[in-house]
Formats: sequence, C-alpha cells, structure tokens
Amino acid sequence: MDQLVTPNMRDNPDFRELERTRGRLGWTLTAIMLVIYFGFIFLVAYAPGLMATPVYGSMTLGFPLGLFVIISAIALTGFYVLRANSAFDTLTARIVGGRL
Amino acid sequence: MMRLRIIIPALAAAFLAFSPLASAQAPAPAATPAPAAQAATPAPAPPAPAVSAPAQAPAAPAKPAAPALSVIAISLFGGFVFLTLIITYWAARRTHTASDFYAAGGAITGFQNGIAIAGDYMSAASFLGISAMVYAAGFDGLLYSIGFLVGWPIIMFLMAERLRNLGKYSFSDVASYRLSAVPMRSFAAVSALVVVSFYLIAQMVGAGQLIQLLFGLQYIYAVVIVGVLMILYVTFGGMIATTWVQIIKAGLLLIGATYMAIAALAHFGFSLNAMFDAAVQVSPKKLAILSPGLQFKNPISIISLGIALMFGTAGLPHILMRFFTVRNAKEARKSVFWATSFIGYFYILTFIIGFAAISMVGQNPDYLLKGAVRGGSNMVAIHLAHAVGGDVLKGFVSAVAFATILAVVSGLTLAGATAVSHDLYANVLMRGRATEGREVVVSRIASIALGMLAIVLGIVFEKLNVAYMVGLAFAVAASANFPVLMMNMYWKGLNTTGAALGGWLGLVSAVVLTILSPGIWVKVMGHHAAIFPYDSPALFSMPLGFLGCWLGSLLAAGSASSRAEESRFEALYIRSQTGIGAEGAVTH
Repeated sequence: MDQLVTPNMRDNPDFRELERTRGRLGWTLTAIMLVIYFGFIFLVAYAPGLMATPVYGSMTLGFPLGLFVIISAIALTGFYVLRANSAFDTLTARIVGGRL
Repeated sequence: MMRLRIIIPALAAAFLAFSPLASAQAPAPAATPAPAAQAATPAPAPPAPAVSAPAQAPAAPAKPAAPALSVIAISLFGGFVFLTLIITYWAARRTHTASDFYAAGGAITGFQNGIAIAGDYMSAASFLGISAMVYAAGFDGLLYSIGFLVGWPIIMFLMAERLRNLGKYSFSDVASYRLSAVPMRSFAAVSALVVVSFYLIAQMVGAGQLIQLLFGLQYIYAVVIVGVLMILYVTFGGMIATTWVQIIKAGLLLIGATYMAIAALAHFGFSLNAMFDAAVQVSPKKLAILSPGLQFKNPISIISLGIALMFGTAGLPHILMRFFTVRNAKEARKSVFWATSFIGYFYILTFIIGFAAISMVGQNPDYLLKGAVRGGSNMVAIHLAHAVGGDVLKGFVSAVAFATILAVVSGLTLAGATAVSHDLYANVLMRGRATEGREVVVSRIASIALGMLAIVLGIVFEKLNVAYMVGLAFAVAASANFPVLMMNMYWKGLNTTGAALGGWLGLVSAVVLTILSPGIWVKVMGHHAAIFPYDSPALFSMPLGFLGCWLGSLLAAGSASSRAEESRFEALYIRSQTGIGAEGAVTH
C-alpha cells in the first residue's frame, strides 16, 4: 500500500490543488464555526445580563441566539458538502485515475 | 442468538412478578416510588402521598390522580421492547446473509449512515439527560444541546474524509499507523476504556431509573437487572450494533420525540411564549430559568464545558468507527451532514420537551414525590410522555428509550472489550502472537467485567444528571484522544514520545481534575468543598494534551525512530488526502 505513494505526488498539480482547496475550505469553515460557537459561549459566560434581555414577549435573547448556533452548524456542514461534492471528487478521481 | 431474544422478554416479565415483593421489603428511601408499587395489579393505586411541591400555582390543571404505575404502560413497554428485539433479530440476520454487507458497495448510503450515526449519538442519555437538564436549569440546559452538536461540523471539516480515506477503523489503528504500535495501543486502549466507562455509567443510571419508575423496583435492583441484561445481550452472541438496527431505533426515537414536542406545544396553543410564561410562573426559580446561570455559576466552567463538548465528539471511539461503513469520502461527507441535521433537530425537540415539562410535569402531583420528580430527576421526559399521551405514549417512549440504551450500551461495551482484547491483550501483551480464539475469550471476559463495573458505578452515581456524566466522557475524549488524533494527521513532527506524553498527560489530568471537581468530589464523595472549582476540566486538560504532544516530540526529535516516523507521515498524508491504497480496507 505504502509503495503506491510515490515521492512525486507532491509535484502532481491536481494533488496540490486538492490539498489547497480542501485545506482552505475546511479551515475557513472551522474558523467560522469556532467564532459563532465560542462567541455564543463567551456571551453566556461574560454577558449573562445581555442574554437575559427579553426580545419577544418573555423570550430572552439567549434562545434565538442558541437556535442560530444550531442552524448555522447544520448550514455550514451542508455548504461544505455542496462545495466538496463538486470540487474534491473530480480532483481525486483525476489523481487516482492518473496513477493507475 | 435466538435464545437470547426469548430470555430478555422473559426477564422483563419476571420484573412484574418481582416488583410488589421488592418494594414491600423496602422502607422507601427518598427516590423510591414504593407506595405506588401495588399498582402492578389492576386496582388503581392510592393517591400519591401528600406532595409538598414547591410549585403549586393556581393554574394547576386539575386532573384526577392517575396511578403512577399502570398495567397498560407496562404491557406496552414489554410489547415494544419485544418488538424492537424482533426487529433487531431480523436486521441482524439480514446483515449476516449479505455476507460482505458494507463492502458490497452502495448498500449503505450516506443518508442511511447519517441516521445510524445519529442513532449512536442520540442515546437515551441525551434524550433523558438534556430534557432533565432543561427542566432543572432552564436556559443552561441549552448549552449541552448546542455543545453536543457543534462537534459535528468540526469532524466534517477536519476529519471525516481523511479518516475514511485512511481506511483504518478505530482510533488505535489510526494512532499506530505511523507511530510505534505498542505504546500507542496501550494508550488508546486505556483511554477508550475510560471514555466508555463514563458513557456507560450515564446509560446505566438512565436505564436503572427507567426500570425503577416503570416497575416500582428499588433503584439498586433495577441497576443490577439492567446490568445483567446488558451483559447477556453482549456476551451471548450479542447484538452487533449494525447500521440497520441503529436506523430503526433512531427513527422510532425521532418519531416519539417529535410527537411529544408537538403535543406539548399544542398544550400551549403553539406559542413558545405561553410555554415560557407558564414555566416562569410555576418554577421556584422564576425568571432565572430564562437566563444563564442556574447550572453554571462561573464563566470558566461554561467555557471549559464548551471546549469539552465541541472537541470531545471527534475523540469518541465508538463514533469514529462509523466513518468506515460507507463506500468513499463522498458518502462519509454526506453521512456527517445528515447526522448533524438529525441531531440538531432532535436537540431542539428535547429542549421543547424539557421546557414544557417545567409547567406540565412540575406542578402535577402525580409526577412528583416529596417535591422532587418521581423516579429520579432524569425521568422528566417519561412523565411528559404520560402527560401528553397517556399510558400508551409513556409505554412507547419508555420502550424506545430502553431499547436505545441497550443498543448504545452494547456498542460501547463492544468498543471497550475490543480495546482490551485486540489492543491490550493481542497486540501489547502477546505482541501479536495471540490466537483468534483466545482473543474472543478475552473479549467476553472483558465485556462481563465492564458490565459489572457499570453496575457498581451506576449505583454510586445515581443522583447525577446523565447529560452531565456524558459531558465528562466528552472532556476525557477531548483531552486525550483529540490532541493525538489531530497532531497525528496534521503535524509531521509528531513522534511516539510526543503522542504518548500528550495522550497520557491529557487523559490523567482530565480524570484527576474531574474527580476533584464539585460534581464528583462534593456531590458523590461528600466532601465539603471541591479542590478543583470548575465543572469541566477540558479548558486545562486539553491544552496539556497538545502541549505534551509538542514537548515530547521535541525531546525525542532527531532519534532514528522519530526520523522514521516523520518519513512515514508523507504516506499517511497522501493517503488521507486521496484514499490511494485504502480502497479495499473496509471489510467489517
């Protein structure tokens, strides 16, 4: 298995493209998720008064924000799948196909 | 295997005969609903003894006192558990006849695997535990639902495809792929055992309280019976947590929870604000349930828990295994998306269930005993099922919860037993010279030992919220497994010394700080003040894990073995990116 991996893989432009796009997409979305989630967590931790502000009837600000975190988690994974399905698999097929 | 499916309902029937006897002997400690045990006979139980509920609001719905135990609920429970066992049996056979089920290709789609992952993850502990946490702490319960969910995007963005491409099927396989096998497998096995134990305790407490409530047994008997059932289930041919079984269980749980949430909302005229207002009116904590601060008193605890929940998911041994049941990286990707969607939806439901219960369960004397929730604090969702759907729904929800616990526990026990038999025994102790037969024997013994350990710990930890217990498992996974897994896949410089130092440092510090924290040191062990003042250790122990990986790697850098390990990183990296060489790796 390991002998299949040739040293010149790093020179394969498709491989470099795959590595770069997947890395960029993955880390960007990770950063967005971290900011949203820890933004919420820090507000809960250090601004509980703000989170307790009523926004609609007796509903406090914390609830819609919490729902937003849940929905953005689902939306971000969905966005990743859309982007990845169109880009990565073609590249992978080219890399693997080109080797066989 | 067939025999087992008969033994379980038979044992369930035995509970019925047991219950009046067991509670007659018991002079009823606080949490035992003894006075209602006679209701196992058709005669209606005497009304619940004087309940001094703190929440006797004028708006209390004046329902006639329903018996806490009912024949209908119990027979439905028996019927549903029996039915799920038949489905399990059918699904297991189906899996066996298609001999190379997963490798057959296309049989399991990303969508199906996504529901199966959700099924593994939506254990009864999160169903019962989160709704109970919301019931007790209002807004702060939401922190658990959100935290348990946000680990999934991280897995998706940084891990799922790469793990699938590697074609290894457990944490220890991935760790020993380029690092030295003996130290890595020893660490992975011990860490898996610790995580599995915390998780098991949560399921044991949930199942024990469920059986206690339904059958009026003393908690201690309930836990022992549940534990014995689990050991039987796993050891005698056992249920392999097949994808189909998880799909069916997840579907039933989602249907039950959806119905409960809709019925509860209908009770408030589909107005969330009416639900919040009713909750504030009856809750002894009043407006505080709508704002942060009831469960977590200081900011450091909140942040620490947030870290544990977000990064712990990626380090759970029984979850990682599921990425290798699909054909390729694309299906792995899709399965994470569907899992995230279902889990997110499910947690919104549990939140509604918990909040509705504050007024619908918290002010109905039928569901209370001496002012506390009858049957233990984790039983809120079961009572709400009765409040919105009577005995039929209570029986159905209890049965689904119980069946889910059995499935999750058997998966966990198998993961733990494999860690002992395959990693510790076959690879570390026997250095790969063990026969397969001996390995199976060791694995059986390990399952029995784990089951007995779970019984003892389940009794010790009776009073704790089960979502809190699961949170501790996540803290250990985030501190021990997650740093090693991340560094192994992303940092070329990692060597065995670093991975071992970081892994053990994260594991030991997470466990020690957990024991010294208020939840264990004060609530379980009865000391006056906690030595470690925060509820979750991850804020400190996870950085220690990463620091250890880095420091250890620097110390050993330059040695011949670490140079070899660095050179093997190239192969791991290219394979994780492309899947080259991993095509045939999925045969389980």
